[in-house]
Formats: sequence, structure tokens, C-alpha cells
Amino acid sequence: MHIDKDLVAASATPLVLAILAESESYGYAILKRVRELSGGDLEWTDGMLYPLLHRLSRLGYVTTEWRAPVEGRRRRYYAITDAGKQALAEAKQQWVTVARALDGLWGTPGAVLAFGQA
Amino acid sequence: MESVESQIAQWREFLSRAPAVGTRDVEELETHLRDQIGELGAAGLDDDEAFLVAVKRMGDMDGLSREFAREHSGRLWKQLVIGGEPGPASGSGSWIEAAAFALGAALAVQLARLAAGFPGEEPLWLGRNLGLLVLPFLAGYFARRRRLDAGGWARSAVVFAAAAVVTNLYPYGDTSATEVLVAAHLPFMLALAVAYPYMGGEVGSRERRMDFVRFIGEWAIYYVLIALGGGVLLGLTALILEPISTGAGERVFEWVLPSGAAGAVIVAAWLVESKQQVVENMAPVLTMIFTPLFAVMLTVAAATYAFSGAAGAFDRELLGVFDALMVVVLGLVLYAMSAREPSRPPGLMDFAGLLAVASALVLDAMVLVAMVTRIGDLGFTPNRAAALGLNIVLLVNLAGAAWLSVRFLRGRVAFGRLERWQTSYLPVFAAWAAFVVVALPPLFSFA
Repeated sequence: MHIDKDLVAASATPLVLAILAESESYGYAILKRVRELSGGDLEWTDGMLYPLLHRLSRLGYVTTEWRAPVEGRRRRYYAITDAGKQALAEAKQQWVTVARALDGLWGTPGAVLAFGQA
Repeated sequence: MESVESQIAQWREFLSRAPAVGTRDVEELETHLRDQIGELGAAGLDDDEAFLVAVKRMGDMDGLSREFAREHSGRLWKQLVIGGEPGPASGSGSWIEAAAFALGAALAVQLARLAAGFPGEEPLWLGRNLGLLVLPFLAGYFARRRRLDAGGWARSAVVFAAAAVVTNLYPYGDTSATEVLVAAHLPFMLALAVAYPYMGGEVGSRERRMDFVRFIGEWAIYYVLIALGGGVLLGLTALILEPISTGAGERVFEWVLPSGAAGAVIVAAWLVESKQQVVENMAPVLTMIFTPLFAVMLTVAAATYAFSGAAGAFDRELLGVFDALMVVVLGLVLYAMSAREPSRPPGLMDFAGLLAVASALVLDAMVLVAMVTRIGDLGFTPNRAAALGLNIVLLVNLAGAAWLSVRFLRGRVAFGRLERWQTSYLPVFAAWAAFVVVALPPLFSFA
């Protein structure tokens, strides 16, 4: 299924924040999680994730740290902050409202809403 | 056949050339690419195929570096903290374009000078309209460079037209103080009106506003440099011509200086535009040198005032001096900020900056209190109102900046919060200048 470009862009920030709210993570793992959650339907251009992460960092929604494990690659990890959690809660409310409105028209209770609560 | 390693190296090399993508970002993106190649390889693709798919998923380089440039526009200004090679010179547009607008400004000023009979006579309307003669050309230059549509051109023009109508239809009295104030404030109001075409109409964007702040700092430095060079050139020309005919030197100044000063406004803007990515910014360099020095000077001054009591003879001139001081401190704050990589943790320079701001605030508060009691005794005049208003506008800005940087230094807020405070405050300066130009003269019945 093809998802409209604007919709992908609009959902990017809440998705990333929600994934980081589960646990801290790094770019590649975040993208994998997005693919997994959407069953591969949400296609992101991989590189675009990074300017987004840097913006969230500038806004103080996430903190970032380079870490070099004993084995494996040096990676830049991102973790959500309290301000980020607050922003996520606001975004969630907005999405739930939108989803509820659409559900009201399409009459498939829960189908759209489930995404908003994920 | 090339190995994957050399292909990755080429890809990295190509990506590093984008000026807005830092070395750290390249490393982050490379890790991503390698993770992807590794996973595709595990799924059975051979190295070459895995590389191709991974690069394709990463997105095209132009789009990627454009995204980075949008988020990190500060990096296009070649900050101190970023090392590495200077990128290729930006397309600064043809110099002919800049020259045409510079010539327009030079002509406009020259014609106005002839009409006024300056320097034989010095009518006030000339000084009042100076900004209106020059800055529309600067706005036009940017409107063209940013390819504004007709609506954008119209919106840029509206401010200038309104300012022209208001300043020239007001019936100022003889030796009017408000008229002098208008002449002093109008250029600032119009300079902020240039922000609209400069930002390509995106006046709400914080990155574009910060770019505009950077632009003003660099522009001021270039303008001073051009003025110095131009002064030497004119002085020598006058000295050389003087023996041939007496008075020739004076006439050189009379004719060349006004047009040269007007044209230099656009030429300096063109220089800032063309060197954006080539040389280091100068305003941040000067800020690095002067922030600690100002911190020391202001702390000593504040301590002296506190010790001796602010009982000296405070008059209007002193308030003017303090306005100037606050403007300089604000400049230090802004350019220190524009040169800073927002993600870096607090450092020594941030402390020096905070010390300078805090001392300036203490000094200003003492003078302000002394001043307000005096105004209570003597009553408001246009000059006192303008000086006091500007002082309060600056005081509020710096108090907010000081409060936020304390919170930043204690790790309570992200640096972006400070940036947001300053960029949101810019319209207040424009509003204050507009208030002095539009509302102050009628309030004091054009006295």
C-alpha cells in the first residue's frame, strides 16, 4: 500500500518519539522498528531520519550520546526526555482525535483508533 | 571490480562535501549504511547488490544534504566549531544583479541630495528619508535573489510605501524633536522590513530568522571595512586633485561620498551572500574575543556603581549611553549564540556571556531607577520617552536571556530554548521602531 508523502512526514515525529519512549535506540534500529510496526507499508527514505532526530535533539525532546560497545560498531544513541514525553502526549491526543473523527465516518470502531493508541 | 569498502569510502567522500553535513553526521550515516549492508548480506544478497540497495534506501544525496541544510542552516555559515574543508563557493548570483541595485541606490541618494541642495542647505526631510532612499533597493535585491512571487514583492513594498506616506505627511513643528527621532528610528524599522524578502517570505521560521541575525552582523562588519577603504580612497583622491584646482577635493566628497555610502549598503549585502560558505564568519570571531573583556569591564563597572551608589547626575545622554551598551551586549549574546553548535554542553564562554549580561542588567536597572524618578519630576519629552522605551525593550530581552541561560547552564532546558527566545523577540524590536516612527509624533503633537 502506498501512503501519501505528507501523511508519512506528519506521522514521523510521533512515531520516533513513541519508539524512543519504549527504550533508547539508534537510527538503524528505529527505522527497523518503523518497518516492523507498519508491516513495511511506511516507507521512509532512510537518510531523512537523521535530520529529524537532530531537530528533536535541538528542541530538547531527545538527548544523544555516542557509545562504543566492546564489540560491534560505535553508534549514536538517542533517549527521550521529559519534554519529549510531553510532546509525545500532545501528539497522541491529536492523532487520537483525528482517528476518532475518521472512525465516526467510516464506522470501523477501533480499526483506525488502534494505531493512535499504539 | 571495486570492493565494497572502496565504494563506501567513495560514498562517504561524496557526502562529506555537502557543507551542512558534519563529520559526525557522516559517521552516523555510514554506520547506518553498514548495518543495512550487513543485514541484506545476511539475507543472501552479494556485497555489490547489498551496497546498491542500501545506498538507494538512504535517499538521493541532494535531497539528503538539503534536509540537513534546513535543520543545520548555521553550518552553511561556516562556524568556528566545525572543522574541515571549506565547501565550494555558493552561487552568489551574478554580481551584475547586485551592481544594478547598488547603482539604483546611489542614484536615488544623489538625486535627493541635489534636490535638497546638500551640503549648502540641510533640510530635515533629507535625513528623514535616507532609509527610504536606500533600503528599498536592498529589499529589491533580496526579493529578486530569493525569487519572490508577485505577492511577495507586493508585501515587501507595502511597508516601505506606508513608511514613506507616514513620515512625509506628518506636520512636524519647527525644530521638532520627534522628527529627529523618526529619522533615527526609521532605518531600523526598514532594516527589519528587509527581513521579509531576505527570508524569502518565511518570516515564521526560526532558522531563517537566525540567518537574518547572522546576516546583519556580517553585513555591519563588511560595511565598516568598505567605509574604511572608501575613506582612504576618497581622501587620497581629494589630496591629489587639490593642487590642480582649489575646492576640487571638497567637490569629490560632496558628489562621491553620498552615492558611495548608499551603494555600499547593497555591495556589502552581496559580499555576505557570496562568501557565506567560503570564509569563517567574522561576527562570531569578534564575539569570542570581546565577550570575556566585556564581562570584566561590566562587572567592574557594576561593582563601582553599587559601591558609590547610583547618585551621580543622570541625564538623557547617560540613558542613551546605556541604550548603546545594552545593544552591544545584545549583539554579543546573539552572535555567541549564532556561532554555537546547539548540541554542545555548556562551556566557559557561556559563563562569560552570562556574567556580561547579568552585570549589564544590574547597571541598567540602577540607572533606570534613577531615570524614572527624574522623569517623574521633569515630565516626559519625546526624547526621554524614546530612550526609556528602548531601554525597557532591551532590558526585558536581556533579562529573559539571562534567566534562560541560567536554566541552560544548570541543565534544565535545551539550548534551543534560548534561540527560540531571541528569534521570537525580533518582531518586538521592529514593533518598537515602528511605534516611534508612527505613533510617537502624534502622541507628542509633532513637537
